[in-house]
Amino acid sequence: MLQFLVKRLAAIVPTVFLVSVLIFTLQQLLPGDPAVAMAGEDRDPNVIAYLRAKFHLDEPIPVRYLYWAKGVLHGDLGDSVRIQEPVTQLILEKLPVTIELAALAMTIALVIGISAGIVSAVFKDTVWDYGANVFALWGLSTPNFWLGILMILLFSVRLGWLPASGYVSPFEDLRANLASMIMPAFVLGNAIAAVLMRHTRSAMLQVLSADYVRTARAKGLDERVVVLRHALRNALVPIVTLGALEFGTLLSGAVLTEQVFSIPGFGKLIVDAVFNRDYLVVQGVVLFTASAYILLNLLADVAYVLINPRMRT
Amino acid sequence: MTTFFRSGRIAAFVLAALVCAPAAFAQTLRVGLAEDPDVLDPTLARTFVGRIVFAGLCDKLVDVDEKLTIVPQLATSWQWGPDQKSLTMKIRQGVTFHDGEKLDAAAVKFNIERHKTMQGSNRRGELAPVTSVDVVDPYTVRFNLSAPFAPLLAQLADRAGMMVSPKAAKAEGEKFGAHPVCSGPFKFAERVAQDRIVLERFPNYWNKGAIHFDKVIYQPIIDPTVRLANLKSGQLDFIERVAPSDMKALKGDAKIKVARMVEIGYQGITINVGKSDLAQKNPLGKDARVREAFELSLDRQAIVDVAQDGEGLPGNQWVAPTSAWYAKNMPIPKRDVARAKALLKEAGVTNPSFTLLTPTTADAQRVAQVVQAMAKEAGFDVKIQSTEFATSLDMADKGTYEAYVLAWSGRADPDGNLYSFDVTKQPLNYAGYSNPEVDRLIKESRETVDPAARLKLFEQVAAHTLKDRPILYLYHRHLLWAYSSKLSGLRTVPDGLVRLQDLKGR
Repeated sequence: MLQFLVKRLAAIVPTVFLVSVLIFTLQQLLPGDPAVAMAGEDRDPNVIAYLRAKFHLDEPIPVRYLYWAKGVLHGDLGDSVRIQEPVTQLILEKLPVTIELAALAMTIALVIGISAGIVSAVFKDTVWDYGANVFALWGLSTPNFWLGILMILLFSVRLGWLPASGYVSPFEDLRANLASMIMPAFVLGNAIAAVLMRHTRSAMLQVLSADYVRTARAKGLDERVVVLRHALRNALVPIVTLGALEFGTLLSGAVLTEQVFSIPGFGKLIVDAVFNRDYLVVQGVVLFTASAYILLNLLADVAYVLINPRMRT
Repeated sequence: MTTFFRSGRIAAFVLAALVCAPAAFAQTLRVGLAEDPDVLDPTLARTFVGRIVFAGLCDKLVDVDEKLTIVPQLATSWQWGPDQKSLTMKIRQGVTFHDGEKLDAAAVKFNIERHKTMQGSNRRGELAPVTSVDVVDPYTVRFNLSAPFAPLLAQLADRAGMMVSPKAAKAEGEKFGAHPVCSGPFKFAERVAQDRIVLERFPNYWNKGAIHFDKVIYQPIIDPTVRLANLKSGQLDFIERVAPSDMKALKGDAKIKVARMVEIGYQGITINVGKSDLAQKNPLGKDARVREAFELSLDRQAIVDVAQDGEGLPGNQWVAPTSAWYAKNMPIPKRDVARAKALLKEAGVTNPSFTLLTPTTADAQRVAQVVQAMAKEAGFDVKIQSTEFATSLDMADKGTYEAYVLAWSGRADPDGNLYSFDVTKQPLNYAGYSNPEVDRLIKESRETVDPAARLKLFEQVAAHTLKDRPILYLYHRHLLWAYSSKLSGLRTVPDGLVRLQDLKGR
């Protein structure tokens, strides 16, 4: 186990390096002169010249990369041009919001997705199965922003139960925080639940027809124990992989959902930064989320090993 | 006796507290913005939405009123020098910055010099003719100019006239925007990027009688439907830039009031007439008659109706027809497809074709589509190319376009809508327009302080540019506001900024 961890951790270093080169290069490929885009409406030539010098835009790309990488290695991701705040501070500001939203969405997705998946596998070809499949199809095919706006119209404008948008810190007011997060978390979780449900269903169907399940049943075990302990545990491996990947995606920000509910997370941060060519923000956030994604993958691999003893050797 | 006396005192105190309660009740104004503002440093700031927040945070030397007339704010009076190469201003006494520092002539001098010398300043160009600032006495400053400069007062009614605390500015350097210290009615409390900007009432504001809120929270909510939903559900008290399509539905809502102003900017089509070789390679850029035919093929009111749900005013100049600076000698031409066809024939062009570049905003795309359909009736083959904004701007800058749907947010003085767009080689002259006579006239208009004489010069400019057509001005949007009917005292100044003075809640 230890050797496995060390190997995987060592592989992270070159991966993150490659990711950083990729982010930097892709950013340079964006059309338009960043200094011009950053200079704003008035496009004062003095301002453009100043920005160009400040961000070393006249230097060749590899040199610019080294300037940036040097800062990153010193823990300095630079400052946002648009609002003149350190990128690290912006990330730390948005991170708890994004993590909370991702965690809530994931919880909703796991609860709904896995239970619907189990139900539809156990009651295959019954009304329950069809119902779960209709739900999955609906979840997969409903656009997030549309569902979000409809929920706002119903729960905020019509019924007045929940705030339409905005974010309150849980440390300020936990109730208000949950009230502001429940709709976006549901919108995000709903789509993921559909994917999880489909995978849980097929994994469960496969496992339920396995020999050891028949053995377990033959031993006279309670059906609940057979399904939840013997079958589900084995069916969980692909679900964990998928869950970790989905969670990683959630951490990189849910652009449209954050936009609709005005949740100040990574998605909004990065989209605004791309449009404004606030490129230190883009690079910093992408580097951060890419690293988080890589780490989550590692955690998923560790989780496999814990779930499936056969992988421990 | 003592107890009685004491309880009597307590009773009196409680009574007094109850009587005073309505005034002491903490009132918060929540404003929904269409975008997240940029840096809150008046010297570096560059967005329209940022100016809305500045209206609560930073007072200016002068302000504009509903008719765009210059009115006193931090300066109480002003006078042009005899040769109009200097402007002397009396500064209001007893004004302090949010950090308790005194606002005096020396502070004004510091601020103007900061605008002019700070690295990355966006104000340098606006104040270019100001060569130096003299402190005449503790409350009098004199701006010395290289040449007379009529737009100066209007510049001082915007960010160039915003005064920040010299002490804080020196201490914070280029990080000042993270904790701005000004002298406006509200002081900076907190900012969470893309979430909120919180301002708190400044108790020592010089005009505190006009301020009726304790706190203002500005929240950027980009989607107009969601912004409106927040207003309807009572989470916001005021929203800017309502979607034109929502205005009809708001008419019957008793809980919500709306306000509309004709913007000081414009929406139009910029034509590449000399920015690059491309100008000579297509009939539209090459021949003014083709541009005239293109203009005659368009029905501006129909464009407003389709692109803005009627929420706009057709126009053909850099200022709206309602402006005092509108050149009346050049009225809006009526749509005339027959004449357009005749002009094309005269120019020897059949079925001219060009690509119309447009940003991906919904407004711009709708304009492009209506224009495409209308121009087709006169024989034009217009191809639409939608491109993300920063990219399209880059193409405009390099001249790799033929025609471009472009808007300008506008400035209080007409010079801000004209100079940089029509004078040879200016940064916003995407058309690549160059006409020595126009250059001369616009330069003269800048140096003419007398409004009547200046208007005459604008009429002459219009006579040239509206024939040469580097820019086809199409219309001026209505700036649309919606707010809770509990608010009163809202002022509708066409610069689109929300003044907090006299604004009251119930």
